[in-house]
Amino acid sequence: MSENRLHIDWTACDGRGLCAELLPEILVEDDWGYPLARSGEVRPVVPAALRKNAERAVDQCPALALRLVGEILNR
Amino acid sequence: MTDALWYFGRGTGLVSLVLLSIVVALGIGARSGRTAFGLPRFAVSLLHRNAGLLAVVFLLGHVVALYFDPYAQLRAFDLVLPFFAEYRPFWIGLGTVGFDLVLALILTSLLRHRLGARAWRAVHWLAYLCWPVAVLHGLQTGTDGGSWWLRTVTALCAALVLAAVVWRFTPSFPRHPDRVPRRRPRALQEVR
Repeated sequence: MSENRLHIDWTACDGRGLCAELLPEILVEDDWGYPLARSGEVRPVVPAALRKNAERAVDQCPALALRLVGEILNR
Repeated sequence: MTDALWYFGRGTGLVSLVLLSIVVALGIGARSGRTAFGLPRFAVSLLHRNAGLLAVVFLLGHVVALYFDPYAQLRAFDLVLPFFAEYRPFWIGLGTVGFDLVLALILTSLLRHRLGARAWRAVHWLAYLCWPVAVLHGLQTGTDGGSWWLRTVTALCAALVLAAVVWRFTPSFPRHPDRVPRRRPRALQEVR
């Protein structure tokens, strides 16, 4: 099973904060409201248990700045 | 039985106006730092979406009921092409314009992951045109335009939307007022 990672498009992100609300296990907000990965990774791993929440965050992002990506894209 | 369509058409029209006002207020509120009623931001965003979809259901009821209503005498193209109705063509036409705008808003929102944020947002700004158009259509078209209850409900809807707009422009509205406003990629074209 391929692992999923969360890709944040920084040119699109507006720091609206919905993703950090929906994925508090993976993301925190910085002082300006932009999401940061708790793990410190550029593309944080999304555990299978959080897959649904991650999809919800991708769907809810007002700036369409989030994507779930597979292993191949993770370079 | 024919009266039922008429009453249904009027009722659903008013309900969809109330829902649209709530949707506009929630849409403005979704941008705020401190959201209304202490809801999380994603909840405000979901309410905005679901209330919008519900407004469309009532709007479809309004349009379909009045299409089959024998008094209203709408032809099929009156439902999408404004200003050609037999009765009060301008004010019914505003309703048609509002209907077309709502369809555009909903379809682009449902397809926004394919359209991209910028095209979607450009269309979504039309909501600020759609809402006043719907208000005027409600006040001037129907048999209820002069009644005190319709005016009261419309005034409450207008108060709600105006309050949201005023709130939008207060300095404490954004989440991070100290953040430098971002420059849009348009600047690239100016360089070129």
